[in-house]
Amino acid sequence: MALFRKTRYSQVGTREIKNVPKNIASKCPACKHVHIDKDLSQKLKVCDRCGHHFSLPAKQRLKQIVDEGTFREINRELISLDPLDFPGYGEKLEQVREKSGLNEAVITGFGKISGIEVGLGIMAPDFMLGSMGSVVGEKITRLVDKARELKKPLIIFSASGGARMQESIYSLMQMAKTSNALARFSDAGLLYISVLTHPTTGGVTASFAMLGDINIAEPGSLIGFAGPRVIQQTIGQQLPEGFQRAEFLLEHGFIDRIVERKKMKKELTLLLQLHQGGEKIG
Amino acid sequence: MASGEKQLAHLEQKIKDLQAFAREQEMDLSEEIKSLQEKARKIREEYFSEITPWQRVKLARNMQRPTTQDYIEMVCSDFTELHGDRLFGDDPAIIGGIGRLGKQPVTVIGHQKGRSTKENISRNFGMPHPEGYRKALRLMEQAEKFNRPIITFIDTPGAYPGLGAEERGQGEAIARNLKEMSGLRVPVVVIVTGEGGSGGALALAVGDWVSMFENAVYSVISPEGCASILWKDPGKAEEAARSLKLTAEDLKVAGVIDAIIPEPSGGCQLNSQEIQKKLEEHLKEIVPFLQKMDSSELLTRRWKRLSRIGVWTEQIKAQKKASQ
Repeated sequence: MALFRKTRYSQVGTREIKNVPKNIASKCPACKHVHIDKDLSQKLKVCDRCGHHFSLPAKQRLKQIVDEGTFREINRELISLDPLDFPGYGEKLEQVREKSGLNEAVITGFGKISGIEVGLGIMAPDFMLGSMGSVVGEKITRLVDKARELKKPLIIFSASGGARMQESIYSLMQMAKTSNALARFSDAGLLYISVLTHPTTGGVTASFAMLGDINIAEPGSLIGFAGPRVIQQTIGQQLPEGFQRAEFLLEHGFIDRIVERKKMKKELTLLLQLHQGGEKIG
Repeated sequence: MASGEKQLAHLEQKIKDLQAFAREQEMDLSEEIKSLQEKARKIREEYFSEITPWQRVKLARNMQRPTTQDYIEMVCSDFTELHGDRLFGDDPAIIGGIGRLGKQPVTVIGHQKGRSTKENISRNFGMPHPEGYRKALRLMEQAEKFNRPIITFIDTPGAYPGLGAEERGQGEAIARNLKEMSGLRVPVVVIVTGEGGSGGALALAVGDWVSMFENAVYSVISPEGCASILWKDPGKAEEAARSLKLTAEDLKVAGVIDAIIPEPSGGCQLNSQEIQKKLEEHLKEIVPFLQKMDSSELLTRRWKRLSRIGVWTEQIKAQKKASQ
């Protein structure tokens, strides 16, 4: 009965690297492959083994999207205070500013994408998890208003843990403020493309990130209102595989398209061109 | 329970017993009852004059506190509830409909908590799903069509964090309300009556006038949530309640609300007649005040009200200017 004997394979030691040195290499959370950081940056921070999209610092994102040398930042000098005297917030802000080299969790300005002038907002997951306080709300609002004034299309890349707790009610009100600005932008007949990247949750999902004329997401991004841990605690059971991922949102009708990072600029270019009028047939 | 609360509960029970006893035995105990009531009043004043933010959180969540349905009954006649979002279902955690404030037809919408544990379960403890927000938006657009002012009552721990809620786009539903409410061409008056729980509260709370009950709270996250995320310890909720600056007074200072509606000493669950009178007077003052404005004035004012909220500095620029 040798026919039904279980095949025995020889065991080859799989070397999973446990302690990946920081600042030199990163382990892909999906396939566990270890990438040298320098190489990874050249690959747009996408794992070439499994396609996992690593979270992208705002400045790198900017470089990937705008035509070289065309970006002009606005409201860079807007800086958060600690209006509620919240324990530890002031020090935290200083540390993060130093570490990230950014003033706040969003970069805003105007630049060209394949020659088309657009208003651009790029959230920084590397600044307090991209959380939205007064300054993020104000910078987004001013960007939207400026784009409306200049009659330019608007693109915002979201990456955020949500509203920033340390500014409590001020943070919450930024949701209403940014949404209100977008309402007026929309009434002016202008195009807003929202690009949701990993992760976009909480107050950012529940305001400007979900209000695009076109909503795009990067593959595998976590997108939702409540965080998965909170939901799990509330319902007391494991969440289904793929829950709140970009593909889940596409299936449920909340985003228009999933676009890989390497195709993002091309796709945005096409969408912008499709909104540039044209000629009547015949 | 703090000692003041215990003492008070004990005294109130005693007064009730005594009243019942007096009725049963047909005895005149009014002197004794009066002196006990006086004592209770003193304790209440002492205790609540230094009420902490955490105590307010607990008051705002008190099960005996009136709910949206109660407030509607207090101030509206002919209230007719309307159901459903026309897309998925009817969310019992938000109620809405048409009624009259005086002679003026108004649309009233609010979060609805249960008045008993059983009702609370069917109302999902006042935590809405997307269909609740979409129903609210439908009713607000209806109000706009028929030129009716809108009154909303805010009282929710937050939007429900669950599987179905995410599948049906909780974030999108809230975002859409925030966007559309900013353009409604009729007056919107918001009353935060109990818990103003984050985005789930805000989705009914973009308006021309926002008032808050004295013991209501309003914040970006619950004190428990804040304590467990920031300090990994839900037990520090009391400290978080203080740090979040969530009381009506704090929010008045922040420019987020326009008025504080005083509550009877000890909270509105203790004297519904008093709160009815105050609420009715308040609405009958604010609604006509806003109705005097034409819609473009209303919208400009609504935007200005929102756009100034937030705190920041343009320090670097200032420094540069100073050095020039």
